[in-house]
Amino acid sequence: MDKLKGTVHKYGKDNIDTDVILPGPYLKIHDHAELATHAMEGLDPGFPKKVSQGDFLLTGANFGCGSSREHAPIALSSAGITAVLAPSFARIFYRNAVDGGYLLPIEIERSAVEKISDKNTLEIDVDKNAILNVTTGESFVMKQFPSLIKKIIECGGILHYKP
Amino acid sequence: MTSTEKIIARASSMPSVAPDDVVFVKVDKLMVHDVSGPGVIKVFEEWAKKGVHLERIWNPDKVWVSEDHFVPAADKISANNIMKLTNWTKKFGIKRHYKYGLGQYGICHTLSHEEGLVLPGEVYVGGDSHTNTTGGLGAFAIGLGHTDIAYSLMHGQIWIKVPETLLFNLEGQLPPHVMAKDIILKIIGDIGTDGANYRAMQFSGETTKQLIMDERLTLTNMTTEAGAKNGIIDADSITGSYLRDRTHEPFSALKGDLDASYAEKLTYEIDRLEPTVAKPYSPGNISPARELQGTEIDKAYIGSCTGAKLHDLRAAGKIMKGKKVKVRTEVVPAAQSIYLNAMNEGLIGIFLESGAVVGPPTCGACCGAHMGVLAKNEVCISTTNRNFPGRMGDVESKTYLASPLVVAASALTGMITDPRDI
Ligand code: SF4
Repeated sequence: MDKLKGTVHKYGKDNIDTDVILPGPYLKIHDHAELATHAMEGLDPGFPKKVSQGDFLLTGANFGCGSSREHAPIALSSAGITAVLAPSFARIFYRNAVDGGYLLPIEIERSAVEKISDKNTLEIDVDKNAILNVTTGESFVMKQFPSLIKKIIECGGILHYKP
Repeated sequence: MTSTEKIIARASSMPSVAPDDVVFVKVDKLMVHDVSGPGVIKVFEEWAKKGVHLERIWNPDKVWVSEDHFVPAADKISANNIMKLTNWTKKFGIKRHYKYGLGQYGICHTLSHEEGLVLPGEVYVGGDSHTNTTGGLGAFAIGLGHTDIAYSLMHGQIWIKVPETLLFNLEGQLPPHVMAKDIILKIIGDIGTDGANYRAMQFSGETTKQLIMDERLTLTNMTTEAGAKNGIIDADSITGSYLRDRTHEPFSALKGDLDASYAEKLTYEIDRLEPTVAKPYSPGNISPARELQGTEIDKAYIGSCTGAKLHDLRAAGKIMKGKKVKVRTEVVPAAQSIYLNAMNEGLIGIFLESGAVVGPPTCGACCGAHMGVLAKNEVCISTTNRNFPGRMGDVESKTYLASPLVVAASALTGMITDPRDI
């Protein structure tokens, strides 16, 4: 896979839930571009304007807990986010992100979350499970994707994956 | 193997499976509602642009649809979504579409058991995170997103990472003012909202065996709030008679082996449990109701797939009978059949005479979408399952989660109240 490079937007809290990522009243919306304008509205309404295509989100543990709404990864990816880095993810958010081919849910150590700052530039090499903080020169390890998940990611989502 | 592992093994045609195995399972039943349904249709539209077309769904007789989150439609977008969903179910030959205002309908997770739609030992996937609820019938029931539901509709199968199982042994007699809601809040308070991430939560022990089905379903419903992949209770004679009243479909329950291995076994002495409340802004932020005595509220809400089953309404009615509410109180039965039964039992009269309003069955205020949204700084006590910031309205509103007994008692005093003190 190609390396990813982008700017970090850091929200270090644990348990950032789907009601915060994409609040309930917008569940009736299914247009991706419109959902993007409400991404992270429960935490930072200015978020969509701060993000450029290819950026990363860095958060605390259990990111995406709460509902099964696929609106959450859609809103983030349509806003420009290509990977979320966190110590852990809620399971449905994780599946949605991978199977929909929206963005990569990347698990990293909590200590790595602490060492990476808002607006740092990162380079992510999924094949080597390696993350380089271009701003500081530090490098980190990401948790390897299980092989089936990696294959689905390489297919661009589950649509083209044949069991 | 545990009960969950046995069901996954059967559905994947493997002699055995173990935690962390990733396998494809055959889906037995599938549900979408008025939020996930249009989301799934949107996925199919995107796939069509990529050259993959849905010609027919794998088995329309195994699929059912509910209208619950945005009914009655409060605006044009919701109305159009319902219309789109209705046309879609017709086109693909799905006969079980539970329509608002047309006979039986209600909250998706309530219909799954109320209508006997899911059977013990089955793999049931739903386009909603509280699909876990139906594990109370002894099924492997999990929530999935739109893409996974779309894939399952097309192929009748989906990948599963086999979860480890956490076993909760509930022992002792349930005290008179304590309900399953208090048990599950206590458990989430102990293990945390990510305490069961990627895992199955299984309930067993004497207390579980004595619980009626409505109460068992409250336990499994809120396994979602602990991050669990699924909640499960082995089917027994209570399950059998519950289902016999609702379906003629035959079933054979699968039970875990005696020597199954569990990630952890935890025992709870239920006789010592007190009425429990989860404070804002997390279902795990618990406290005994008595310690919050005096906390003023603006609203009491008795509704949702968690707390508006017939048993929940009976519990609230017992407290509210002949008394007046002091704050605005909404009662929203979880399904039309429950509404009707509550009316026949005189419960609806009790609620109306107390000054509460009774709404048509829907998700209503539970997800803050419409019908009773909270204003800034308003405080609500609710029988629902989530109290994240903004869940029931303004991000600066506050929701306390509790059993129907606690919510009804609080409605009568205008402040958080332990039902033992009424
Ligand atoms: S009642 Fe609440 S928790 Fe249950 S399905 Fe509806 S929105 Fe979800």
